[in-house]
Amino acid sequence: MVNLTIDNKPVSVEDGTTILEAARKVGINIPTLCFLKEINEIGACRICVVEVEGVERCVTACNTVVTEGMVIHTNSAKARITRKTNVKLILSQHKTNCTTCVRSGNCTLQKVANDLNITKLGYENVIEEKAWDRNSPLIRDSSKCVKCMRCVQTCDKVQGMHVWDVVNTGSYTTVGVRDNKQFCDVNCTICGQCIVNCPVGALREHDDVTKVLLAVENPDLITVVQIAPAVRATWGEDFGLTKAFATEKRMVGALRNAGFDYIFDTTFSADLTIMEEGSELLHRLPEIKESGMPMFTSCCPGWVHFMRSEYPDMLPRLSTAKSPQGMFGAVAKTYFAEKLGVEPEKIFCVSIMPCTAKKKEITWKNSGDYVDAVLTTREMNRLIKTFFVNPEEIPEDDFDSPLGTGTGAGVIFGATGGVMEAALRSAHYLVTKTNPEPDAFKDVRGLKGWKEASFDIAGTPIKVAVASGLVNTRKLVEAIRNKEVTYDFVEIMACPGGCVNGGGQPIHHDGPDVAERAGVLYGLDQKNNLRYSHENPEVQKLYQEFFGEPLSHKAHELLHIEHILE
Amino acid sequence: MSRLTLIKENQSQVTVESLSKDLERRIVANPTGACPVDMTSSFIKMCLAQSCGKCVPCRVGLNQLARLFDDVLNNKADEKTLTLIQSTAESIYLSADCAVGYGAAEIALKCLEGCRDDFLTHIREGHCSCNSNEPVSCVNMCPAHVDIPGYIALVHEERYADAIRLIRKDNPLPSVCAYVCEHPCENHCKRNLVDAAINIRGIKKMAADHAGEVPVPKCAASTGKKVAVIGGGPGGLSAAYFLSLMGHKVTIYEQRKKLGGMLRYGIPNYRLPRTMLDSEIKQILSTGIEVQTEVSIGKDVSMDEIVKQYDACFVAIGAHIDKKLGIEGEDAKNGVISAVSMLRGIGDDIYPDFKGKEIVVVGGGNVAMDVARTSIRLGASKVSIVYRRRKADMTALREEIESAEAEGCDILELMAPVKVEVDADGNAVGLWMQPQMISNVVNGRPAPKKANKEMILLHSDVIIVAIGQGITTEYFEETGIPVKRGTFAAQDTGKITTSEGIFAGGDCVTGPATVIRAIAAGKVAAANIDEYLGFHHVITTDIDIPRATHDDKLPCGRAEVPMRDAFDRKDDFDPVEKGYSCEEACHESGRCLRCDNFGFGSFRGGRQSRW
Repeated sequence: MVNLTIDNKPVSVEDGTTILEAARKVGINIPTLCFLKEINEIGACRICVVEVEGVERCVTACNTVVTEGMVIHTNSAKARITRKTNVKLILSQHKTNCTTCVRSGNCTLQKVANDLNITKLGYENVIEEKAWDRNSPLIRDSSKCVKCMRCVQTCDKVQGMHVWDVVNTGSYTTVGVRDNKQFCDVNCTICGQCIVNCPVGALREHDDVTKVLLAVENPDLITVVQIAPAVRATWGEDFGLTKAFATEKRMVGALRNAGFDYIFDTTFSADLTIMEEGSELLHRLPEIKESGMPMFTSCCPGWVHFMRSEYPDMLPRLSTAKSPQGMFGAVAKTYFAEKLGVEPEKIFCVSIMPCTAKKKEITWKNSGDYVDAVLTTREMNRLIKTFFVNPEEIPEDDFDSPLGTGTGAGVIFGATGGVMEAALRSAHYLVTKTNPEPDAFKDVRGLKGWKEASFDIAGTPIKVAVASGLVNTRKLVEAIRNKEVTYDFVEIMACPGGCVNGGGQPIHHDGPDVAERAGVLYGLDQKNNLRYSHENPEVQKLYQEFFGEPLSHKAHELLHIEHILE
Repeated sequence: MSRLTLIKENQSQVTVESLSKDLERRIVANPTGACPVDMTSSFIKMCLAQSCGKCVPCRVGLNQLARLFDDVLNNKADEKTLTLIQSTAESIYLSADCAVGYGAAEIALKCLEGCRDDFLTHIREGHCSCNSNEPVSCVNMCPAHVDIPGYIALVHEERYADAIRLIRKDNPLPSVCAYVCEHPCENHCKRNLVDAAINIRGIKKMAADHAGEVPVPKCAASTGKKVAVIGGGPGGLSAAYFLSLMGHKVTIYEQRKKLGGMLRYGIPNYRLPRTMLDSEIKQILSTGIEVQTEVSIGKDVSMDEIVKQYDACFVAIGAHIDKKLGIEGEDAKNGVISAVSMLRGIGDDIYPDFKGKEIVVVGGGNVAMDVARTSIRLGASKVSIVYRRRKADMTALREEIESAEAEGCDILELMAPVKVEVDADGNAVGLWMQPQMISNVVNGRPAPKKANKEMILLHSDVIIVAIGQGITTEYFEETGIPVKRGTFAAQDTGKITTSEGIFAGGDCVTGPATVIRAIAAGKVAAANIDEYLGFHHVITTDIDIPRATHDDKLPCGRAEVPMRDAFDRKDDFDPVEKGYSCEEACHESGRCLRCDNFGFGSFRGGRQSRW
């Protein structure tokens, strides 16, 4: 243990602890901007500077390890004035149009500048304005970038896609697309992990709130909205609501204000996905066993894009089942349109997703024109806010029918391992005609980046793997290609921890509590009377009335795609 | 009334004087990879501040030139801007009244000419082609990319054996380099920004002298592949070491009695103790390398046989033939020898008898200093070093020249050898020298020209010619290895494109160069031979590097490695350097700014822990 003093408080911490961690341990808050634990500990912004007695120059709290007997002052005049100057210098390169910035109120720079009582700058603004395709699902605004390098490091270390890099040197140093390429040329998966780790508004999703509102207000259109499972685990965070209060029903209640005609649940189409994908797995199993190559899930668009750009030769290994978003859109504009007796063009299909890549997915050539707009969780919350509702007074409400019932198996799609678990529950049923214990496959839960498990279904051993985060994914795919591992079925989610930590989710400067978010989904699964996708009555009805059976000709036509290079 | 006054020091001027010194050191520490346009733009602005303001080209022209450079940097320029920069700079050069103006214009013109591609990238693509991805100057400057901040930190904690292990990851000859490396690593050391470069070689010597015997790492499983290394010098030994660690079976063919190449047959014991060299070679061979000494390729074994017997081959035969002066009398029966042959003999313990003799050494490189200082030790009564240019132009290391002088060698600068005086029996008895004067700069170096003075005859018992070495290329050229300007034409990867499986490196490719460059060539060849053989072995260590601390780095002096007194050392071949005390090593290693941990190093990682 190392003993030291921070702001006159004695502290005892383990060797290797940083000043920042030691201070937090005794409730002393040191502001940070660029620091991102284990990803970006580079001391670039110099906002966390503190004074150490006996050392003339200030020291960064985020990456300086404590030593025995250190005496630290986090808010001495030297530390405070230096910190304030550095924040002012950052502001001199930041376009502070906070009133029209999506990060206003959730911007680290704004908060630290306010906290430091900065009322005037004293420096001339030098703003970098660079052109960007405003139609791109991911938007970078160079005028707001603070060069903290969080995006560069996240893309390098978590996703391994190396989309961002430092360009130029000296005072011209900035962040840009790797090798000075065009953004469209670097195979960005649009996972959005750079967005959720950007401390300011330099990176954001394309805003589709207005487009959706216009559709709602158009009397000729019937607006049908679907909400992905993981959204219900996080939506309340932007309103400061507790998990217990921010229920899925209250989320539906909040969204009623917007005036959508139908509010449905993507959990329904997650169950549908399981019916198709589970059946496909059983159908393909003999070939899988023979070739030693697995079938991969296909619901995560970031992952599908990754396969297209990094391993196009392996595209046939992906399940042909569309994502739940895609299946929902197809069902809404066929089955549901028929039920309503309207032309499909009359229906405006909106999906609310924890994900930025879903915005890209609906533009894929093979996805069909079924989904018209995608809002992230953050956009949904911004939409709700435009109606000036008091979050504490939002009433609970139910999803609409007939596409509004989901099982516990469908809900856990939002966490890493969830698709796998749901698929195995139904695959077991499809093979044996008996249900397994609902928690029989819980070995695939948890936040580990690469998990594996083996199960026995009616005498057939099934070896599965689950990965999340694209660095982990690449390792797993390489291992499969090098024949170091063999699996029958593999689930991949591009974001670490799955959709609960998706790139469209509410942003927290020090990262979200991913385990707590996943816990919400597993809690809903436990509580649900329906825990098997094949028992979803609305899905059963859909097959009876429309598709016949999984993998039927009609199902193939509407619910499956051929994976192609864009 | 007073007619005259004495100049009084003005406080501002004194401050600017001191700032200029700081800036001088800062420029020495220029990082590699900085934008040349940005850098030159700053230089021009400094030049502008130096302008007296009288003449138009300097006062107005430099200002406009600086603005045009900034336009390039701020994406406001096109190719016309470059034309304007060119014509403006030319006009300033042609018409400024004094050097402040035309010298500055020359800087701009040089940049425009030498860095044209950088200007074009800025103009056409709107960004710079440079980056800061080489944050650790010393590692970057070391040809073998040794983890210098790592081992300095280890020496600071007195973990000498770990320091040696860490160095060996990139360089299997840590002790050799501790004694004789030319330390290019020190050239851009960031410590220059504070006071002076770290004495990196001195710190390494501390590790080498105190580590004791450090066993080599385990070799990878045998690959069954066989590699021949031709030449047992630093390049060949390094390649052999790494290839052996990678699991390949290596055989070194050495034409002399012992391994070491120029380390043994070129560098005298007082600079590199034989015991140190022998033990280092022993360690390298302990990885399981087979050695065939006194085997000459082309005489005893043909290249054909090598190609047949081995899966790959690394040619590292060095540069061992002497260059001739090409003057009358040089071929005298006695009294003219080459430095190469003298040092080669000494490598095999054959010492010439120089007792009481007058020795004339011709040359100004490190080899000239080696033979001069060796002659002193062999009892010569007088040693004169004759050099065509000035002492300041000598290519030998400063410390070598100073040591030679301290030990009693006389340097005769600006003297061109013209003729060897030969007596009736065919013995050389003196060297006729034509006095020179220094003249114009040619290729960046002031060249000498004949002075209007009489020739001088310098008496000699022995003349030692040390004006460079060449390479024995003929045989290898016949076997198909291409030769360009007297050296083997290998790629930067070591590959010989025309000969499958054959690699080359070291002095025989670069011409006579440094030990560390040969080691780097061996390392590069080993990696690429491994790939060529279809493998991808990784060389790494598991040494944990001490954490960097945040102590203030207050200016302090650089500790030089203590030497034995010149009087004491000049009579024997024992090592001339004494090495640091613990206290001194701690002081010097504590000066390191740990660029691996601060600045860009903390962002992009200041360490390549595997290759």
